[in-house]
Amino acid sequence: MSMMELKLAFPEIFVATMACVVLVADLYVSERRRGLVHFLAILGLIFASIITGSHMAAEGERAVAFHGTFVRDMMGDVLKQLSYLLLGIILVYSKHYLREFKLYRGEFYALCLFALLGVMVLISAGSMLTVYLGLELISLSSYALVALNRDNTRSAEAAMKYFVLGSLASGLLLYGMSMLYGVTGTLELTEIANRVPWTDNLLATFALVFIVIGIGFKLGAVPFHMWVPDVYHGAPAAVTLLISSLPKLAAFAMAYRLLENGMGPLQEHWESMLIILSALSLIIGNLVAIAQTNIKRMLAYSTISHMGFMLLGMLAGDAQGYAAAMHYAIVYTLMSAGAFGVLIFLSKAGVEAENLDDFKGLNQRSPWFAFVMLMLMASMAGVPVFIGFFAKLLVIQAVINAGHIWLAILAVIFSVVGAYYYLRIVKLMYFDDAETDQAINVPMDFRAVLSLNGASMLVLGIFSNALIALCVASFS
Amino acid sequence: MNASWPLLSTLIWLPLIGAALPLFAGNQRPDMARWLALLVSLVTFVISLQLWTGFDSSIVGMQFVEKSSWIDAFSINYHLGVDGFSVPLIVLTTFFGVIIVLAAWGSITARVYQYMAAFLALEGLMVGVFAALDGILFYVFFEAMLIPMFLVIGIWGGPRRVYASIKFFLYTFLGSVFMLVGLIWLYLKTGSFAILDWHDAALGMQAQTLLFLGFLAAFAVKIPMWPVHTWLPDAHVEAPTGGSVVLAAIMLKIGGYGFIRFSLPITPDASSHLDWLMILLSLIAVVYIGFVALAQQDMKKLIAYSSISHMGFVTLGLFIAFAIARNSGGDFQGAGLGITGAMVQMISHGFISGAMFLCVGVLYDRVHSRQINDYGGVANTMPWFAVFMVLFFMANSGLPGTSGFVGEFMVILSSFKANPWYAFLAGMTLILGAAYSLWLVKRVVFGDVANQQVSELQDINRREALILTILAVAVIAVGVYPAPLVEMIDPAVQQLLNHIGQSKV
Repeated sequence: MSMMELKLAFPEIFVATMACVVLVADLYVSERRRGLVHFLAILGLIFASIITGSHMAAEGERAVAFHGTFVRDMMGDVLKQLSYLLLGIILVYSKHYLREFKLYRGEFYALCLFALLGVMVLISAGSMLTVYLGLELISLSSYALVALNRDNTRSAEAAMKYFVLGSLASGLLLYGMSMLYGVTGTLELTEIANRVPWTDNLLATFALVFIVIGIGFKLGAVPFHMWVPDVYHGAPAAVTLLISSLPKLAAFAMAYRLLENGMGPLQEHWESMLIILSALSLIIGNLVAIAQTNIKRMLAYSTISHMGFMLLGMLAGDAQGYAAAMHYAIVYTLMSAGAFGVLIFLSKAGVEAENLDDFKGLNQRSPWFAFVMLMLMASMAGVPVFIGFFAKLLVIQAVINAGHIWLAILAVIFSVVGAYYYLRIVKLMYFDDAETDQAINVPMDFRAVLSLNGASMLVLGIFSNALIALCVASFS
Repeated sequence: MNASWPLLSTLIWLPLIGAALPLFAGNQRPDMARWLALLVSLVTFVISLQLWTGFDSSIVGMQFVEKSSWIDAFSINYHLGVDGFSVPLIVLTTFFGVIIVLAAWGSITARVYQYMAAFLALEGLMVGVFAALDGILFYVFFEAMLIPMFLVIGIWGGPRRVYASIKFFLYTFLGSVFMLVGLIWLYLKTGSFAILDWHDAALGMQAQTLLFLGFLAAFAVKIPMWPVHTWLPDAHVEAPTGGSVVLAAIMLKIGGYGFIRFSLPITPDASSHLDWLMILLSLIAVVYIGFVALAQQDMKKLIAYSSISHMGFVTLGLFIAFAIARNSGGDFQGAGLGITGAMVQMISHGFISGAMFLCVGVLYDRVHSRQINDYGGVANTMPWFAVFMVLFFMANSGLPGTSGFVGEFMVILSSFKANPWYAFLAGMTLILGAAYSLWLVKRVVFGDVANQQVSELQDINRREALILTILAVAVIAVGVYPAPLVEMIDPAVQQLLNHIGQSKV
């Protein structure tokens, strides 16, 4: 283990240290001064970003450390930078929520940072061991976070469900990995791809099935989506905000590392599996979302359909497709964070805004934030010129390029179905009268971040070149 | 002669960014919002006149071209340019931008600032549709337009506004996503998103047919053609006056423009192959929808059906070109009249339908009813208004001397060359159009004063008179002297004929 290798993993080491520092620091600050912990966590994110940024991997560069278990490449670095940004947004939104719901505790910050560490490890995973390590770190932190409000029975139930199903998924993934190890005798992903005589290798294909199931579970793709609505619904909104966004970046990276780096030669097999997963996710996700009256459940089904869309990008197995999927994952996390941000914005002192009716007449109460939500919803529906449109455009292009024109048509038809329930929120905000004219009180930093989050939908859409170029460069 | 500064970008971004001005005025200062919106729309209109004067009809191809890279990775460009088809439509758009603001002055009182902002944004986006020369850029404007219109119908609309607005959005959205798939397919085939490159691309017959159907899904809904027209009566009836005016005067034209810009030149062989379908649907629209209009009790609904019927003329004029060419042994030059007629019809219908909706708006503001039965003898209490209303409904029925006559006459004349039966059926509209238009006028304007409300009506004020006078001048000007308009369109028509005359297979 040389100094060079340690240097590659310096961002991870730093975030791990910060997580511990935050955990310990929380013991020494009083209840009133909890803001310090918040500040420390944000500061940690900024420094992590600077550290990662100071040695950003260039286009096409790929550095490997620790005997192939850890990879640093451009895709990883871009995703990590976005993870810091995203967690920063999440922390600002959550602070207000946690205060209102008397959940403002230091553990939240430590757990969030550990989850971030898991995301980073997973993004940089070069072997099946690191994949599993990162995945479990995210999962365990999330289980604990879902149960943050431990006196609430619904939260406890959601955490239990999440834990049982998540463990099952991990088990399946591990089973697939062990079979793959049995075939190849190595854990390192690129080595696996080189080592196996792939043609008609029944055991390897079998292993692939379990690995795809594991990925499907973590992404929440149909038919492995059962945990998603319940966990989204049961968890405190601040936690739902976290688990609906940050881990999805990692899940994309996991799918890429396992399927492309590790099992690239089996592309034709996993392509057909992904077609089934994504088509079902698009259909079920969008259709069932229409029937929801609870906004968190609606967004859960919306997530399912978005994950289906993202998988569509991956199935082609070419650089363009991965760039499209990565772009989609990034855009989705920003939209999802914003949508839950608005949800928290509407929550007040111990009452979560979770029914669709809570959006009624928002345009009268707060025209700007109604517009922010409008931009987020339009972006999710894929209406141009918002960034969500370009995310869909790239994916559809990759799908048609791969020769699946009917899949592309299915995808666009279900985007229209999806547009219906996003429009319904716009309808509630703009066309209905408010049931209450109670003023909405949220702190300044919350307002600023939420405004930027919403405006980014439009700005990133108009100036879409930068983000797209970044994603394309990551896979060249 | 091209301006040295980006004229088209100005016309797009001035109203789009200017939409923020009334927003800053806020809900508390509606008058300020109105004046700011008027200022922005007037400036936009004045600048757009430079497009008209600066346009050189002798040059073939696009003018005022602006091109810069937008998304490098997929060679998507911010590429603008206009030809004889787009200039009149852009000027029509900016013209109605001013009219809408004026028309809303007294009749919209709730959330004025948002209303004005929505219409300014809409104006910029519609100009963008007519100016875009990049497939994705076109699609972006084409779709982004839906959001402000959705809000306009939903916020300021009538009792069934929610239903109408969602139906409007989903219908158009569903139609256009098929076009998006087609656009992406074209890109993968040709390596370019430039519409002009697509005009020259060689495509197989099957590919052309599928593309044609994709475009048809988008534009048939937009224009709208029977049987996908049902969103329009709902949208029109529920929308506030301004919304109806924009829908009828400009948004429907985007469908016709789409056929001209995409379907005909990119897939000429499929268009030729499927022209029977288009002619059939157009004639059904002209005749059947004409009868449907006759049966309406709601004034706005009647005008909506009348619009569909008139748009049938546009699609007829565009697609008889192939039949004419077949009759004359492959010579497309004789088909120009139909396409010119379709274009003139679009401009003319823009003025007339806009004016008719404004007339209904004037009545609705006073009586709060759109039912024909609630009126009668309006001429007795509103003589000035009656003059305008009669003029516009006469124009709608194709009275010679008004703009309504020019386009219809050209299309009917042209369809004789294709098939006399087409001309006969299309000519039915002169009877049907006259029937439903004049019958409405008879029931609303003439006769004895029907009830208390009508007897208390106030004649139009100066603002309303101004709006209606401007429109009346436009309707008569185009009707009496259409030459400048036709001259502007003509070179573009010739170029289009060159494109559709060549097989792309």
